[in-house]
Amino acid sequence: MAEPSQRPKRKNPIIRTQQPTLPPPARSRVALGLTAAAARGRLELQVCQDCGAVQYPPREVCRNCLSHRLVWRPQDGRGELLTETVLRAAQELFFRERLPWRVGMVRLDAGANVVAYLHDNVGPAPCRVRVEAALDRAGQAVLVAVPENGRPLLSDDPKLREMTCDPRLRKILVTDGKSALGQATVRALAAAGADLIWVGQAEPWKRVAGFETLLALPQASVVPLDLTDGRSVRELAGEIGGKVDIVVNTADCHRTFGIAARRGVETAQLEMDVNYFGLLRLAQEFAPALKARAADGAASAIAWVNVLSIFALASYPAHGTYSASKAAALSLSQTLRAELRPAGVRMINLFPGPIDDEWDQLELPPKLSPGAVASAIVEALKGSVEDVYPGDVAQDWLARHLDNSKALERELAEGSR
Amino acid sequence: MARAAYDDVVLAVPVTVPYVRYSIRGAHWFLGRALAQLLAAAKIPKARVDGLAVASFTLAPDTAVGLTQHLGVTVRWLDHVPMGGASGIVSIRRAARAVQSGDAEIVACIAGDTNHTDSFRRNTATFSQFAQDAVYPYGSGGPNASFAFLTAYYMRTYGARRDDFGKLCVAQRNNALKNPVALFKKELTLDRYLNARLIADPLRLFDCVMPCAGAEAFLVMQRQTAERFDLRYARLLGAIERHNAFPDDPVQYRGGWAFDCDELYRQSGIGPQDIDFLEAYDDYPVINVLQFEDLGFCAKGNGPDFIRANTFETDGTFPLNTSGGQLSVGQAGAAGGHLGIVEALRQLTGQTLGARVTGARHGLASGFGMINYDRGLCSGAVVLAAA
Amino acid sequence: MKARRRKKLAGTKSGRQSASPGSGSDLAAQLRRVAAGGVRVVDLTQTLSPDFPPIVLPPEMGQCRPFRMETISRYDDSGPGWYWSNLSFGEHTGTHFDAPIHWISGRDRPNNALDTLPSEHFMAPACVIDASAQARADADFLLTVDHIKAWERRHGRIPAGAWVLMRTDWSKRSDPVAYQNLDETGQHTPGPDPDCVRFLVRERDVLGFGTETIGTDAGQAAHFAPPYPCHYYMHGAGKYGLQCLCNLDRLPPTGALVVAAPLKILEGSGSPLRVFALVPEPAAAR
Repeated sequence: MAEPSQRPKRKNPIIRTQQPTLPPPARSRVALGLTAAAARGRLELQVCQDCGAVQYPPREVCRNCLSHRLVWRPQDGRGELLTETVLRAAQELFFRERLPWRVGMVRLDAGANVVAYLHDNVGPAPCRVRVEAALDRAGQAVLVAVPENGRPLLSDDPKLREMTCDPRLRKILVTDGKSALGQATVRALAAAGADLIWVGQAEPWKRVAGFETLLALPQASVVPLDLTDGRSVRELAGEIGGKVDIVVNTADCHRTFGIAARRGVETAQLEMDVNYFGLLRLAQEFAPALKARAADGAASAIAWVNVLSIFALASYPAHGTYSASKAAALSLSQTLRAELRPAGVRMINLFPGPIDDEWDQLELPPKLSPGAVASAIVEALKGSVEDVYPGDVAQDWLARHLDNSKALERELAEGSR
Repeated sequence: MARAAYDDVVLAVPVTVPYVRYSIRGAHWFLGRALAQLLAAAKIPKARVDGLAVASFTLAPDTAVGLTQHLGVTVRWLDHVPMGGASGIVSIRRAARAVQSGDAEIVACIAGDTNHTDSFRRNTATFSQFAQDAVYPYGSGGPNASFAFLTAYYMRTYGARRDDFGKLCVAQRNNALKNPVALFKKELTLDRYLNARLIADPLRLFDCVMPCAGAEAFLVMQRQTAERFDLRYARLLGAIERHNAFPDDPVQYRGGWAFDCDELYRQSGIGPQDIDFLEAYDDYPVINVLQFEDLGFCAKGNGPDFIRANTFETDGTFPLNTSGGQLSVGQAGAAGGHLGIVEALRQLTGQTLGARVTGARHGLASGFGMINYDRGLCSGAVVLAAA
Repeated sequence: MKARRRKKLAGTKSGRQSASPGSGSDLAAQLRRVAAGGVRVVDLTQTLSPDFPPIVLPPEMGQCRPFRMETISRYDDSGPGWYWSNLSFGEHTGTHFDAPIHWISGRDRPNNALDTLPSEHFMAPACVIDASAQARADADFLLTVDHIKAWERRHGRIPAGAWVLMRTDWSKRSDPVAYQNLDETGQHTPGPDPDCVRFLVRERDVLGFGTETIGTDAGQAAHFAPPYPCHYYMHGAGKYGLQCLCNLDRLPPTGALVVAAPLKILEGSGSPLRVFALVPEPAAAR
């Protein structure tokens, strides 16, 4: 039966730290379509546009009519668990370290057979189930069967918990805990059961509403952290890097200028120094520490979260230099994801639309409250995703970008002077 | 259109390169030894072998082509058969038509693999694109996981019990104890079988073959050629193969043999009741049961009753895997599917290494292989007769 | 015309100061006394480090860069035998010098940028006015004409061409939060009031004004008339500023010679610099 996690015991310091291993990472290119959807928390399978047959495992042509017109479509995943087994022996180190594993074969109502992990709450075969997509620790999509009715959390199953980055009982660094978004993030993580939250602040002399009461939270511990200062990042990493389980990078410098609206590059340099170089400094200092502890028992280092912006995907000319800095951060974050991957540390990017703060003051609603973004961060950590587009504007821009990015470029350019 | 008969096609010269658990040699060594033993036993010069059919998992980066130069053979007919445990049957089907038509005179069918300590893991991890994408990431159980699914499903659907499978394994072990080449030397009791270490529920240790290094081989030729070289032979009466059979069965509860079983017996001119022994492909006991049903020895779903009503030693009511089968001899990679053919040939030509099935006139050897995703894709069978 | 005469006056006056360089033999004598230990060197400069607070403007404005160091190599594979860094900072970061071109009122003054300043202005006598007790009691303390006149009654008239340095002991606030002393109504640091500045410029023809705080003007000077009067009047008259000084408590009220030579930056408005004072030891202390 599934049970929630317990506070881990203190680590024995004279035993060598467990080294991270990964589940098999190889997938064919066509199978990565599953991963692309799972990254956003969706189960999608290939459907033949000519005869409608659902394909699994992923293929290059339709197994029914040989058409090459296969498209990925969301699925509800309902089906029947036909047969199952419990693996007691495994050839790969990752699985050997975590035996036994319960897996089964599900016949989807949509008409394909899938091999899937079975959530602890699933009864013995035969029974009705619902299949979901999750990301394993190699960052690849895997299928998980849960009971057809009800939505058990992956984190309630001790095996499947590792597919999530549940903040419960974990130690978390919020790089800017002072901004409105930062404060909301700290509060949301505390409510989600984090054990200790380091609250970073860059300019201690600035008074910001709400910060005093935030620091009164029992989990909160304020630390100096200025992402524009390599020494500051290095010193903090030296002090706490070996304890951080999750990094949540909320630091953001947001100004509202395109090109002609501002003389000189000083403001754009400041945006880049926080949003792009800040991420680089942070990653150089903290990524190695997280990777070394990626398999450190129940209190291991598991995730890195960046709050980017939907502007990173498609530049918003009114905030043009800001968009460019977030695009630079997005590009760099892909490198960071690749470098974290061998240790199985997940990197999650959030792409919110305009947030209801001073820099998006002139943006028309719908805008996201800092609390809504903070909730999206916590949800992403509890789930099994890596790309999150919170809010209506982000979802809208994403759909337009995927549909026709050149059209979106033109739409966003309307109104520029 | 009725398929052409296999008039005057014969098999001769059963060869086994003794199995070892691990070897530092490459597959070329085992295949080369197999060819050498074939030539020595047949007293045929290498230059007279003008056809070659090869099956191996560990020959890469070579295929049969590389082997020709490695072994110094010049052939006018060459086939590399990548069908796992069905390769032997398929090699016979190819070679038979070659010698019938005159495209080749003497075809050597050889299968062999080496086994290093990491061979099994590496072979399984890259076994097929579907395995890589959709099975291996779920616990890296390899074929054990897939056959555990089938076994659990069969047991639930048809009421088979573990001691039914155990009976087959114990009988095969008894057959193996008389076979000097078998890797397993210790008696297997039903109790030991039932209580062995769990591998993947419901499969336990003795439900799984032991991968090892070794080779199996035989020659295919026309009867006249065998007589010219004074070779003892067995006649090929019938042969079937089928790949990706019954793709819409949700779980594989029947193999491709069910598709072509009637054709096999029609072509052979006999019925299942005339078969004196069965060399079934036994990577897992449940597959033996599928072959009982799909090769016409009992009805679908009656496998458990069939097991309970018979005995399977060489002197039993239904001799099964008379040398011990893969489960008790060992699985030398792709040679697993040739093991049964070679043993059938030994039984029908009086050259057994172990116990003999007395008065055997007809034998059936069956092959199965290539769990690509959730089912074995390749299947085949041959009916052989004593000369 | 007026400007040229001012310059000449300053040059003449500075020659009459007892502790300042004049003729070559005086200079040699001074250097001998330094070598013999008869002159104390007091470093008035804060360490340039990333922790030192920069001046903070409203976010809509362009910002002055805080001091940052990016190590190029440190005896490692980026450079095995050497250690060096690239620096970034604003012209007005850390202990720094303000030139007249820094303010709109001084933008048309002749020789108003760092590369055109007369180099004889790099050394000048200093008058140090102790307002440390008042600043401790009131962070918004303003120096007035009355304070100046009270000081002059004790120490003599402030000579033309001298630095006026306002000692507040503000540099002893090592906590950056206390140093910035910001709240919801802005910054609260001491400085001169507008009348005081006008007096020092028009009645005393000083060389410039120096403080221990982050600006020569008081923290609340945006609300004065005119806003930022020290910058406005000093630079408008071709005079200078020194900020983020320290160790003013180690200087005598008069008699110290301040050496302040900013970087020679093309059209520079200011620069961090090494500023120090030469203080003659009383004969008894040697």
